[in-house]
Amino acid sequence: MSKFKKKASTSQDIPTASLPDIIFMLLFFFMVTTVLRESDILVEQKIPAAKELNKLERKSLVSYIYIGKPKQSDMGAEPRIQINDRLVQPTDIQKFVNEEKDKLTEVERDQITMALKVDRDVKMGIVVDVQQELKEVNARKILYSAIKRIDR
Amino acid sequence: MAKSKNRKVDIPSASLADIAFLLLIFFLVTTTIASDKGIALLLPPKPDPNVEPPDITKNQRNIFKVNVNSSDRILVEDEPLQDISKIRDMVKEFVLNFGDQNQENQDLINSLSGAQRNFVLSQGRKPDSSDSPGDAVVSFKTDRGTSYEIYLGILDEIMGAYDEIYGDRVGLTAEEFRNLDKSDPAQNDVYSRAREGIPRNVSIAEPTKIGE
Repeated sequence: MSKFKKKASTSQDIPTASLPDIIFMLLFFFMVTTVLRESDILVEQKIPAAKELNKLERKSLVSYIYIGKPKQSDMGAEPRIQINDRLVQPTDIQKFVNEEKDKLTEVERDQITMALKVDRDVKMGIVVDVQQELKEVNARKILYSAIKRIDR
Repeated sequence: MAKSKNRKVDIPSASLADIAFLLLIFFLVTTTIASDKGIALLLPPKPDPNVEPPDITKNQRNIFKVNVNSSDRILVEDEPLQDISKIRDMVKEFVLNFGDQNQENQDLINSLSGAQRNFVLSQGRKPDSSDSPGDAVVSFKTDRGTSYEIYLGILDEIMGAYDEIYGDRVGLTAEEFRNLDKSDPAQNDVYSRAREGIPRNVSIAEPTKIGE
């Protein structure tokens, strides 16, 4: 019996001194990986799935064009194009691409990649109109954003 | 003096963990782990108005036609098709047909992997399919009323078929082939070995305007 008594007298505290360190480590991880959204998405974005995905190599060369049905019902039901924070007409794309190209250095200008984030319910017509505008300004590298499909 | 020397000057740090937790939760909630993945494509250059578009005189057998109409019905080689995942194998079979019996083709067949060579010799060499991978063109035509999801699904299958051909040729999976780093000489060498003689001839035609 005396054996048991002895055991009961030991301290049962879990050392918590390292807890802040662990939490800080997690905190730094999330701080570093966080990308704060630079623009509000005004159009519906249900990105389609695909199997053969390419990864983007350099994020600084990428500009985004969103296409989808406007979330606000007073904007109509037809799919619209969003760049930065606004809904625009296809004719505004050339100006946008030129602005984006100006942000890059001379060498990188031809490597600009336009990521098209297109809702899955959109019809091809508007996508083709956008591509036509991109051809006009010689921004020919595009990426159809897609999420990974798991099934086989 | 002696009194002040004994005084403890610790800052209370019990709340440190709580503060860190609060920040942690904030970043956890705002994090969107960047998912910039998708299907890369290089658009054709704008046609030069001074240059006449070249006359395309390709044999029908060298063109693999995929058409989608405005109600998302698919026609592959003039046959209706329901299941788009079949397109992948059809494209592979079409590209690796080697219908022409010349020396150039023979050399190309010898450069393929063993499994691919067996495939060509057992199932390829049909006279009514493509002459050689260099001549083979996959023509993909949609309508303005085709839904984007179908378009991307089919493009995915066509690109996947080519990636699998390239990957098989150098003993990689399609995904490993895609992730080859072209700035690394050794990997670039593998890449050009896989691509040599088999261009990715995918023609995405201007869509028709029926479905608008």
